[in-house]
Amino acid sequence: MRALPSSVPWFLGILGLVVLAVTVMSEAVGTGLISTSFLKVLGMTLCFCLAALAMDVVWGYCGILSLGHMAFFGLGGYAIGMWLMYARTEIIVAANLAGRAIPPTEAELRDAIGSQIFGVVGASDFPWVWGFAHSLPLQLAMVVVVPGLIALVFGWLAFRSRVTGVYLSILTQAMTLALSLWFFQNDSGLRGNNGLSGLQNIPGFLDAPQAAVALAFFLASALALALGYVFFAWVVSGKMGSVIRAIRDDEARVRFLGYPVEGFKLFVFTLTAIVAGIAGALYYPQAGIINPGEMAPIASIYLAVWVAIGGRGRLYGAVIGAAFVSLVSTWFTGGGAPDIDLGFYRVDWVDWWLVLLGVSFVLVTIFAPKGLGGLVDLWTERRGRDRHGADLGPDQGALREREAGE
Amino acid sequence: MPRALVTVLALCLSFAFAPVARAQQSDLQSVLQDNQDAVANPSRSTVNEVIDALVASGLPGVAEFLSRWQEREVVVREEDGLFFYVEDDQLIDIATGEAAGPVPDDGIDEVRPNGGVRRELAGALVQFQLSSPDIAERRAALDAISGDMSADQIEPLAASIEDEPSARIAARKQRLLAMLTARFGEDTEARVEAIRQITNGVSVELRGVLNQILTTSDEVSETVPEDVNVARTYVPGEDMSLDAAYSELVERDLAPPRVSDADIYAALTQNIADGAVGGVPVEELSDPARRIDAYEALAAEGTVPGFVGPDDMAAAVDAYSFYAIYDEPDPAVTDAARAALDGVETRVGLSEAADLSLDALSLASIYFLAAIGLAVTFGVMGVINMAHGEFIMMGAYTGYVVQSLVPNYTISIILALPLAFAVTFALGVAMERLVIRWLYHRPLETLLATFGISIALQQLAKNIFGTQARPFTAPDWLAGSMVVSDVISISFVRIAIFVLGLFFLGLLLFILKRTRLGLEVRAVTQNPRMAASMGINSERINMLTFGLGSGIAGIAGVAIGLYAQVTSEMGSNYIVQSFMTVVVGGVGNVWGTLAGATLIGFLQKGIEWFNPSNTLAAQTFMILFIILFIQFRPRGIVALKGRAAGD
Repeated sequence: MRALPSSVPWFLGILGLVVLAVTVMSEAVGTGLISTSFLKVLGMTLCFCLAALAMDVVWGYCGILSLGHMAFFGLGGYAIGMWLMYARTEIIVAANLAGRAIPPTEAELRDAIGSQIFGVVGASDFPWVWGFAHSLPLQLAMVVVVPGLIALVFGWLAFRSRVTGVYLSILTQAMTLALSLWFFQNDSGLRGNNGLSGLQNIPGFLDAPQAAVALAFFLASALALALGYVFFAWVVSGKMGSVIRAIRDDEARVRFLGYPVEGFKLFVFTLTAIVAGIAGALYYPQAGIINPGEMAPIASIYLAVWVAIGGRGRLYGAVIGAAFVSLVSTWFTGGGAPDIDLGFYRVDWVDWWLVLLGVSFVLVTIFAPKGLGGLVDLWTERRGRDRHGADLGPDQGALREREAGE
Repeated sequence: MPRALVTVLALCLSFAFAPVARAQQSDLQSVLQDNQDAVANPSRSTVNEVIDALVASGLPGVAEFLSRWQEREVVVREEDGLFFYVEDDQLIDIATGEAAGPVPDDGIDEVRPNGGVRRELAGALVQFQLSSPDIAERRAALDAISGDMSADQIEPLAASIEDEPSARIAARKQRLLAMLTARFGEDTEARVEAIRQITNGVSVELRGVLNQILTTSDEVSETVPEDVNVARTYVPGEDMSLDAAYSELVERDLAPPRVSDADIYAALTQNIADGAVGGVPVEELSDPARRIDAYEALAAEGTVPGFVGPDDMAAAVDAYSFYAIYDEPDPAVTDAARAALDGVETRVGLSEAADLSLDALSLASIYFLAAIGLAVTFGVMGVINMAHGEFIMMGAYTGYVVQSLVPNYTISIILALPLAFAVTFALGVAMERLVIRWLYHRPLETLLATFGISIALQQLAKNIFGTQARPFTAPDWLAGSMVVSDVISISFVRIAIFVLGLFFLGLLLFILKRTRLGLEVRAVTQNPRMAASMGINSERINMLTFGLGSGIAGIAGVAIGLYAQVTSEMGSNYIVQSFMTVVVGGVGNVWGTLAGATLIGFLQKGIEWFNPSNTLAAQTFMILFIILFIQFRPRGIVALKGRAAGD
């Protein structure tokens, strides 16, 4: 067993405390200080944190600025959403048909479910993508398989032709756009821009109170985040972690040293895509609705923004960034922030929040490349050596400075 | 037909020998009085006699009377049964056209011809109009014939050709006559000859005529009869589905109707007895095979019609032949029309390809305009500017603001172009100085920082201009489109954008190849450190290049705003396509961007042509194609070679 970074026990401890506090204050078991809707927001935030963790590994550690991980997140959500929607509609339809004199055939049942689900796009037949929707285990497998396969094929194509840097970012963005456009079509069989809805009703727990379901998902998300953190901490530590970081810092040199760079990149890209898919599968039952707009390229850029603000190249940075920005964003856009009256103009944060975010993002990028996670360095007093202005290497985005201190 | 002949002859006479005719006849009113009842209470059966009588009279006011009759402007005075026109509450004498006093309060009945009568009147009027001295009226008459062809138009049309003063209209008449002959002519040779004559061009009119001749109807019988003009025969299972073939039989009562699943269900529910139907327990009826068992049991009892299984259907269909016959019985004519239509369709296909190419070219020029600024900044500085789309948006909003200040569209567009350039140039320079300059060594972070600027600018535009789309209208001389034929047309706005694209291509090539600035830009592109060693101020070059790239984005915004709506999100619609254009074309090269834009424009239109209803699918496939394309040419179509390629 290799040694995990020292941040792991700290992280798990803080996460455990937060989860405990939230559970105690939740409506389901405790005092009810936290409303169920806010509990859902917290649970969804944890899923974002997990996705940001994956993004940090692929970008902050491996140097691939993927603008497609939110699409994998959405794919995971669609995979679980298809089962949720199918199973729930099946229950409703079966109840409707049970009143008839003659028991329905399987074909009748399926047709009735089909016309329920696809009525909004003017269809009633099940498209091939719904082939596994009747089975929870198969659809759960899809959560992992679909993002994993797409990432594998795309990554293989991209890495083998040595597309790197900004080109790779643009290519991933194109992939994301293609995916979201495909989901937007009515005839791709995923209800076009209506998306899937009613996902908050979990078949088998339809009678359970929403407070309990929300708490269960919150705990599941927290568990997934904890496991994800430990897993990624394990991946990026030790020898493999060194190679991955070396690829980020100087890909050509690693290749000349004899490491199969493409293999490592493909491994990291696919793995993080799968984790993003799992995060999405946990997120959308809490959100209750998914539509292709959430897979658009801009969502993936926001994911990169979270990681950058939190501080890339450190796992807890990604978590801090995602939690901080998405919660603050909810506060601002939800009308929680007080308006500022300038006398001649009233700053309404619902309108001005994005401007603030954009500007602060520019400022963070220029003045605080370490992000919020850099604040932790102040506390641990870990600072780079004073090199009198000389770079450690050609790439200022590299973290060799820190590693030289380790 | 004889009636029409008489009409036409009389008409010709009436125009040719009007003074003579007038001498022979009394006045119009008396002719009308001869047919008083038929005029006052017109019906389809009587109106033709009246028209014939009127035309035969050869009086000059006949055309006017027919037209007013049709327009319901004729009244009849009850006391003496005389007819008058009504104009501005005045009775007008029909024969003299002079006022005959105000319209009295009562004692006047309007003559109200019904729809059928008015159609007959319109038909009669066409004959007058074909020889009308007013050229617009003749054109209208020809349009009317072209819109609704019938056999009795042949003769008036033929008669009107000789005296036609305008050569163009005479040609049009000839052509229309040939079309009428092709459709309604009497002997085969004349019709085949007429078809041969009209078979050039691609007009909708021509295709309509040929398709009318080739109308078919589907028939079913045990054997194909000898004496019909068979268009094609169908083989069930190959040309038509078995289900469709059987439905044809059912429609003609040649086979018992199919029993649908719903019928079975209904029959079964009505015949439940003691928890079973036809001996099958109800709980087993969730199995479709058991349902059929139960139904057949019921059918055997005679309570329901028999079940038609797949074998029964196949046997029934086998016993019959399915074929389509032409409504036109003459095979020589249909063969000629078929051959003509094939030729026309080939030409239509070619024209469509040409039209598509024009569309693609205009799309390519839009992509070129949108991407060239990006290519300049990306190529020279290796900087990805995610805010490029927002510069396009700013350009378009500049156009909108200018237009709301300067109401004249032509002046405002001429002002908007340089203003948009100035605004976005300044913005670009400011952005380069304030943000990008600090991030030259961190290209991925430039991408993110410019993205921050992009969302801030987008939201700012939303706060200032609101979320609804703003109009930016093209001046009148850019409205409309250039029509080459019924198939090929292109709007003037798109031509203007194409010209603008060409202009900027030339301008950029000139700047890069013929000016000091261009020389320095190229030097910095190839090797910034070496360029700096040679005394080139690369910071200044970077700033100017970035400004130039942003300025062109502003111009592109004005151009795009002319045909798309100006919204705060319009930039993001173009940003990914612009990146694709740059990446596909190859970085740092104007020709590369041109090639990329052309490829993407043609590709997108080409894919849309395969599936015109679904532009989303077209974009999806295009992006997939580009991802694959990058596999084979990772550095784009026009790749820099050697040291300049960097890496």
